[in-house]
Amino acid sequence: MAEIVKPAKEKAALVVFSGELDKALAAFNIATTAAAMGMDVTMFFTFWGLNIIKKNEGQLQSSGWMEKMLNWMNRGGSKRLPMSKFHMFGLGTGMMKALMRKRRMPSLDEMIQTAHKLGVHMIACNTSLGLMNLTEEALIPEVEGVAGAATFVGIAQESKISLFI
Amino acid sequence: MNADIKADAILDCVGLYCPMPIIQTTEHIAGLEAGQVLEVVADDKGIVTDMPAWCKGTGHEYLGMQQQGGEYHVFVRKKHG
Repeated sequence: MAEIVKPAKEKAALVVFSGELDKALAAFNIATTAAAMGMDVTMFFTFWGLNIIKKNEGQLQSSGWMEKMLNWMNRGGSKRLPMSKFHMFGLGTGMMKALMRKRRMPSLDEMIQTAHKLGVHMIACNTSLGLMNLTEEALIPEVEGVAGAATFVGIAQESKISLFI
Repeated sequence: MNADIKADAILDCVGLYCPMPIIQTTEHIAGLEAGQVLEVVADDKGIVTDMPAWCKGTGHEYLGMQQQGGEYHVFVRKKHG
C-alpha cells in the first residue's frame, strides 16, 4: 500500500521583541490566524517580549542587586502589560481592557491559550533570560523551551512569513 | 451561490471580531466529516474577504455567501483528507 505523504506545512516565524499589551495582541492575532490557516507558526520571545510569557503569579527569582532591581521594575506577566500609548499609569490600559470585554474580544490570556491549542510554538530567547538572570521557571508552561538566534534564523529561512513585532 | 445549499452545522459568530470567526471556524470544521458543509454566521464585515482567504490557505471549499441585513452567512465545505 502506498504511503500517504502529507504536504509539509508552510511556516511562519515571529520575533516578539515588545512587551506592550497592544503589540502582544497584534502578534497573537497574526500567529493564531496563521495557525488557523494551516501554517506551522513559531513565536520567538526576546527582550521585553519575555514579559508577555512570564507567569503572572509569584515573585521572579534572581540573584544580584541589579538583576533584582530590573526584575522588580520589569515584573511582566500577561496581566501587567502596559499599552504603548495612553497607558496613563494603568488608567488607559484598564479602559482599553474594559472596551475589549464590552466588544467580546478575547483577552491576551485567552489569545495565548488559543495559540497553544492551535499548536503555535512559543520559544524564549536564552540570552535575554540570562541577561535578566531568569530561568524557564519564570515562564508560563505553554512555552516549549529556550533557544538562540540561530534557531530562529533557521526557522525564518524556511518560513514564508517573518515578522518582528 | 446556489440558494438551496444545506448546511450540516451552523457556527454563530455574531458579535465577534477578527480573528475569532476564523479561529472558531478552524475549531468547528475539525468536528465535521469530509464533504459536510459548515455555515458561519457573522456580522464582522472582515469575514467577506477573510473566509475565502482562509479556504484558499487551508484547502477547504468556499461555497459562497449570503447577506441578510447586517449578517453574513458564509458556507464552507470540508475538504477530503
